[in-house]
Formats: sequence, C-alpha cells, structure tokens
Amino acid sequence: MLYNQPDPLEVKVLSRRFTLPNSQSIETYLANDGYKALEKALGLTQEQIIDEVKASGLRGRGGAGFPTGLKWSFVPRQSPKPKYIMVNADESEPGTCKDRLLIEYDPHQLIEGVIIAGLAVGAQQGYVYIRGEYRYLIDVMDRAIDEAYAKGILGDNVMGRGVKFHLATHSGAGAYECGEESALLESFEGKRGNPRIRPPFPAVAGCYQSPTILNNVETFCAVPPIFLHGGAYFAGLGTPKNGGTRLFCLSGHINKPGVYELPMGFNLMRMIKEVGGGMRGGKKLKAVIPGGSSCPVLKADECDIAMDFDSVAAAKSMLGSGGVVVMDEDTCMVNAALRIMKFYAHESCGWCIPCREGTTWLKKLLTRFHEGMGQRSDIVLIGDLSKNMLGRTFCPLGDAAAMPTIAFVEKFQDEFEAHLDGRPCPFEKSSRLVAV
Amino acid sequence: MTFSPELEARFEKFLAKYPADRKRSAVIPMLIYAQDEVGAITDELVQEVAKRTGATPLQVTEVVGFYSMLHRKPQGKYHVQVCTNISCLLVGGAELWEQACHKLGIGHKETTKDGRISIEEVECMGACSWAPAVQVNYDFYHDVTPEQFDKLIDGLAAGKKPEEIAEVKKVSC
Repeated sequence: MLYNQPDPLEVKVLSRRFTLPNSQSIETYLANDGYKALEKALGLTQEQIIDEVKASGLRGRGGAGFPTGLKWSFVPRQSPKPKYIMVNADESEPGTCKDRLLIEYDPHQLIEGVIIAGLAVGAQQGYVYIRGEYRYLIDVMDRAIDEAYAKGILGDNVMGRGVKFHLATHSGAGAYECGEESALLESFEGKRGNPRIRPPFPAVAGCYQSPTILNNVETFCAVPPIFLHGGAYFAGLGTPKNGGTRLFCLSGHINKPGVYELPMGFNLMRMIKEVGGGMRGGKKLKAVIPGGSSCPVLKADECDIAMDFDSVAAAKSMLGSGGVVVMDEDTCMVNAALRIMKFYAHESCGWCIPCREGTTWLKKLLTRFHEGMGQRSDIVLIGDLSKNMLGRTFCPLGDAAAMPTIAFVEKFQDEFEAHLDGRPCPFEKSSRLVAV
Repeated sequence: MTFSPELEARFEKFLAKYPADRKRSAVIPMLIYAQDEVGAITDELVQEVAKRTGATPLQVTEVVGFYSMLHRKPQGKYHVQVCTNISCLLVGGAELWEQACHKLGIGHKETTKDGRISIEEVECMGACSWAPAVQVNYDFYHDVTPEQFDKLIDGLAAGKKPEEIAEVKKVSC
C-alpha cells in the first residue's frame, strides 16, 4: 500500500518501482533493471566509477548537499586499512520521511548503490545504520540482504566477478544526533553518539578509524540510475550543479501531503499549489520550512524559488533533507519556533557547551514568550544567543538550532511583539502548548 | 543470564557482523533487542552485554543513559508514542498527546496502574507527510484522528490487542 497517491508532475527515477506489486522482492527488482547498473560498474575502473558519479551532479541528500563524487574521491584508496561503506538511515530531521519509503519499497536499489560505492573505493564491507524506531525496516532490509546473498550478489564473489562485498544492518536506539556523520560512527562503535572533531573526515578516518564512505539512503539509491542511464542523463534531470531528482516530503497545512519525487529546481510555490493541492481549508500561506526543521523559515513572499541547493541557499535558507513544512495564516510562529527549539534542547548530546546550554536557554526564553511573560529585551537576547551558538560546536546541531531561530525572530518579529506584556498568544486556539 | 533461543540466535548474528576485535559495536543492537524481551535494561543485562561484547559495564551503562529508546524501568505492555514535533504539531499531534494524558490520567513516560499502557511524547518519528503519527511499540499509525485515537486507547485499556481494534490500522508491514 502506498502512503500517498503519486502525482502526475512527478519524475520517477528513484521511486519508479514503488508502485509495482511486491516491490521489495529481488525478483521484482531483477525484472525491472535490477542489478544491471552493478553489472556495468563491475566493468569499470575505480576512477571511472567516481568520474561518472561526479558527472551526474549528485549531491548528498542528507542535508548538506556535498557533491557525492567528490566525497568519494577523498577516500585514500591506497591506504592499507580496510575501507567501509556506511549508510545513514537514521532519518530523524523533523519534516523528513523519504528514506523510510526508499527502504520499504525498494531495498535492493539501496543495496545496489552501496555495492557500487564499495567498488569505487575497494571496500568489502558495508553497514546500514537504521534508526531504532524503524524496526520494521530493519526486517525489510535483512530480508533483502538475505535474498542478495542467496543470488550471489552479495558475498565473497559478487556476481561471479571475484569481488568481495558484505553488507549488514545495524540498529540505533533513538538519538537525532546520530544522524550526524561522526556521531553516527561513534554510535556504530557502541558508544554514546557524541560527534568527533573533524578533520579528519570519515573519508580518511571513519568507521573504526578506517576510510569510509558515509552517505544518506537517498544518495546511495541515486547511484544505480546514474550507472543505468549515465551520469549525464541524471545531471540533465536537475539544474546546473544540482543533478537529478529529489524526494520532497510535503507536510503541514496542505491538501495533499506526501512524498513526491520531483526534479531538482522545481518551483516551491508550484510544489505547494499543484503537487500539494494547495492550502488546507483555503487558508493563506504564511511560511514554509523548505528542508527540515534545521532550515531557516521562508515567508510566503519568499517562496517563489527553485528547489535546488544553490537557489535555496541564495534565499538564505537550505534545501536540507527535503522536508517541506507548510504553515498557514493561523500558525503561531512563536510556538513553531518553540517546538523546534524543544526538539533541539532534547536532542543536543551535551558534548559542546554552546549547544547544550544555548538550546536549553533558548527553550526557556521562547516558552516565556509563548506564555505571554516575555520582555521586549528577550527578542534581542534570543537573536544574540543564537548568533553566539553559530560555528562554535563540533557538529552542526548547534547551527541547526540557531539558524531557524534567528530567521523566526527576524522575519516574524511582529508576532513576537504581539506576545509581549502578558498578552495571551493571539493564535492560542491553533497552538496548544506542549510540555516536553 | 539466559535468553530465549530466538534472542540467542539474534545475538550470535549480531556478533558475527563486526570484525573480531570490534564486538563493542554490538552493544546498542543487543541492548535494544534484549530490552524487548527482558522488559527493561536491568543491571544484570548490562553485565551480560558487557561480558559478551568485551565492553566494560561502565561503557554499557554510559550508552543506556544516552539513547532515548533504552530505559531502565519497564514500560507498559503497549507503549503509546505520540509525536508532537513540527509537522505533527501543525495538524493536531499536540491535541492527541493531551488526549492521551487526560484519558489515562498519566503523563510523559508514565504507565497505567495495571501496567497495560505507557505513554511518551516523542520527537519526530519520520511520518511527517502522514501526520499526526502515533507509534504503539514498533507499529506505526498514520493520519490519526482524535476519534480513532480514542478507540485505540479505549481498546488497549480494555485488554484488546492493537490488531483487534477495527478503527485503527497499523501501516508498517
């Protein structure tokens, strides 16, 4: 069963098998171009594989948008250490729910992408780190891995070509921080999910201090189509330097929330109106978070932009993980900022003081505001505090908490002012206070 | 400490996944699966996982305190998790959470007296496009209405299993 109906505007590349009956099974996969990309890649040199990924313009789908081919090229292939491939399936950025579908409907596409990454750097072992809440997906992935072993696609002799590649799942146990690459590696090694200082980056010293390719699920899933149809084809689907399609997760006050695969650079307004079916109840659009809760909010009049990494960055936000959260005119921006800050305060791992103390302090300030006990000087204090967190932590969680807060305060200062002097929240009906 | 043959088999598989000198990697997967069987992370379980993975009991204890899904006290037979993060908040997740608290007379991470239901307000569980979302143990429920949620809580409280409650259907396969 699909969670939402496909839209005619979609360009289905990664999600094209989602609607097939029994799409999880290796038989369905093999009958629909499955493992043909791997066969092609097996005939290429490591340089050729990396060059093809570079040519595709694929950029990391986890949030940062770093060019994938370049990331792979940083792995010291001559190193005597074993190399590892690590799949980040710790999807937990609020607003994001796409990796779940990629694993649920097409686990073999992920496996194929991972094996090709292994070929690119000479890795013989990969792991899929899946968040603990996605227990059923661990089972889906384990079944798919077993099928691939049974068909000789994984193992000591991949497709009879004398190459070795092994793959296994790994369960997390609930921690947003572990979606950050270095914290994920710590967690994978059986420790608390605290980030590591970088450099060295995982490409050089990752899993067990060995060279590691670490990418998001969607990034690996884009690899088979690249080798099936060529890097140029993939690049051509998107905008310059932003190759391919993207699984956008539409949520919030729209008529047809869902996960839709659209070309990179698709217009945000059109995404809301046409793909998302417009605003619920005919309400007016107030704001959009374009790429998960870490991304600065856009006001309604800032939403006429192309959804690719560079265009959204030019609008002073981020494309992030593709979680598009749409908010209507009745949404209290103070409450939205507060809920997001409660999340970061809860998820801060406590390793860096600016983040640990900053998120908690901001949570307190925003709570006070929302309860009508804020002071005018708090508006400045919130901005000040946030700016002092930026760039002062090991990992980007501190930035992820600070950046949206700065945007909420700057863009919706009138709403913050409306909460001052003991006035109750003007949106009270639609913004119940939640206690975390 | 003895476990069911199924869990023992799972442990064996876990330990085989990692290089011989890296068994500590199995700590978190072992803890979370063992917790499902034992009911909570007991001191005995910490010792056992430490022994089997070559970690020290302190290293295992450190981990238990860090991850939100690992808990030292038993939860209810049905652990109802309500997401109130931004996407769910916008479409009624916070109201569902209040509903759960009021109906059961318990709060965040508390359990009903009969031990059947515990509730937790959770962070994003990756169901944003099908919000508001609720998870009962490991099963997902999407687009949950207040009426459906009422039936779910009533049913669980009355001794039914989630699959016996016709009004709600889990979505995960």
